[in-house]
Amino acid sequence: MKPDSPGTKVSRRQFASCAAAAAAGFVLTGCGPRRLHEMPPDRLKDAIREMERRYAQQFGQTVAVSDAQPLPGVEFAYALDISRCIGCRRCVYACVEENNQSRDPQVHWIRVFEMEKGKGVDFSEADPYYAPPEVPEEGHFYVPVQCQQCRNAPCTKVCPTGATWTEPDGIVVVDYDWCIGCRYCMAACPYGARHFNWGKPTIPTGKLNTKTHVLGNRPRPQGVVEKCTFCIQRTRNGRYPACVEVCPVGARKFGNLLDPDSEIRYIIEHKRVLVLKEELNTLPKFFYFYAT
Amino acid sequence: MTRPRIGWQAGVLCFLVAAVALAGGARSQSPASGPQAPPAAPTAPAPDDRVEVPPPPFTDGIFPCSSCHASMPVNRTRRELTEFHTDIVLTHDEQHRWCLDCHDADHRDQLHLASGAPVSFAESYVLCGQCHGEKLRDWRAGVHGRRTGQWNGHKTYLLCAHCHNPHQPRFKAIQPMPAPVRPSRSGQ
Repeated sequence: MKPDSPGTKVSRRQFASCAAAAAAGFVLTGCGPRRLHEMPPDRLKDAIREMERRYAQQFGQTVAVSDAQPLPGVEFAYALDISRCIGCRRCVYACVEENNQSRDPQVHWIRVFEMEKGKGVDFSEADPYYAPPEVPEEGHFYVPVQCQQCRNAPCTKVCPTGATWTEPDGIVVVDYDWCIGCRYCMAACPYGARHFNWGKPTIPTGKLNTKTHVLGNRPRPQGVVEKCTFCIQRTRNGRYPACVEVCPVGARKFGNLLDPDSEIRYIIEHKRVLVLKEELNTLPKFFYFYAT
Repeated sequence: MTRPRIGWQAGVLCFLVAAVALAGGARSQSPASGPQAPPAAPTAPAPDDRVEVPPPPFTDGIFPCSSCHASMPVNRTRRELTEFHTDIVLTHDEQHRWCLDCHDADHRDQLHLASGAPVSFAESYVLCGQCHGEKLRDWRAGVHGRRTGQWNGHKTYLLCAHCHNPHQPRFKAIQPMPAPVRPSRSGQ
């Protein structure tokens, strides 16, 4: 292309007005809505107050929305003892109540798969709909699956609006106000750990957990994706996730990967540990192990 | 012809590298080993005030044992109980064991180890750990059994007997919570 071709000639006036328009646009964009992780603290406070007001109106209850930040020197990880799990699904429903998942249409962040002992961990043969009178069933074992909080998370890379990202403490979170419901992340997740609100979420009166976190269990609108956040509203305050505390056989373990004295480090260093679909290089922070 | 010569040169090179590395290693190790002792191997944690254990799960009205047994003569003969404690069915290596292998006849409100040393009900895990040593080790590390509370602070452990009936330790099967709803076809 010739530099002095007539099509590319831009007058000084044209250039100046274009530059001014671009600058104005840039400034205006900066004033507009932002994702929760890039909001300045005072604007985040305002946004949270607005959320609390809206939820109070919607549910007729005082709802606390926390913006507790990641703790320094903490990277969360989870471990689940496959040799202990009896498939009772207590974790599934504790999670639903703690994290305000929709009851109808039903959303479950945890899915428990029943597998045959002879076949090993094989999802093509697994059954999530098992319903015997009592568990564990003879000759079977159980593998609960939820968000694996991957270090190399495929879901966050495909989001066209940047509405999902990994927090510094390793939790993959969703900004429900920026999610446009395209569900690319659900297609990208190899674990089926993300769930879409196909209908308007319903929570029975009085069943709302009013202790919420802005990146976690605050009430969601229809048309957005949600997922396990390691109970961010609890764990950032030092508590164990709800599924850990409810497990009747103590199969679920949680802690700080960077603390050499944590349970999680003991498990990784002393037990037979596996991650699901290791070959995909997603680097989960959710480990499965055999304590015996 | 060239092979042996390369091998010889490589050998000298390796020797030089190794010598330098050894000298460097010795130099870097000497100050570290002086002032600082190597970190102690992880042992059984001392009683930690950040850990709480609820009291042992006694059957109502059964403890202290001495309230009945203090006035009773001791019968050390291994036998099936027919008058009292008939509700206790032992399925825990019952061929080799009976009441007084764990319960103490002289100190009725205590248990005893295989050595005869008494141990309180609140520390019954020491007794269990005589056979189930690897479980005791994992329990101390927080890997066996349920912990509740704070992942970075005060937490509650349970005793072995809170989850396992010591007389019938195998977990009983329980009813599962409802299966997830299968997605319905569109328009239905």
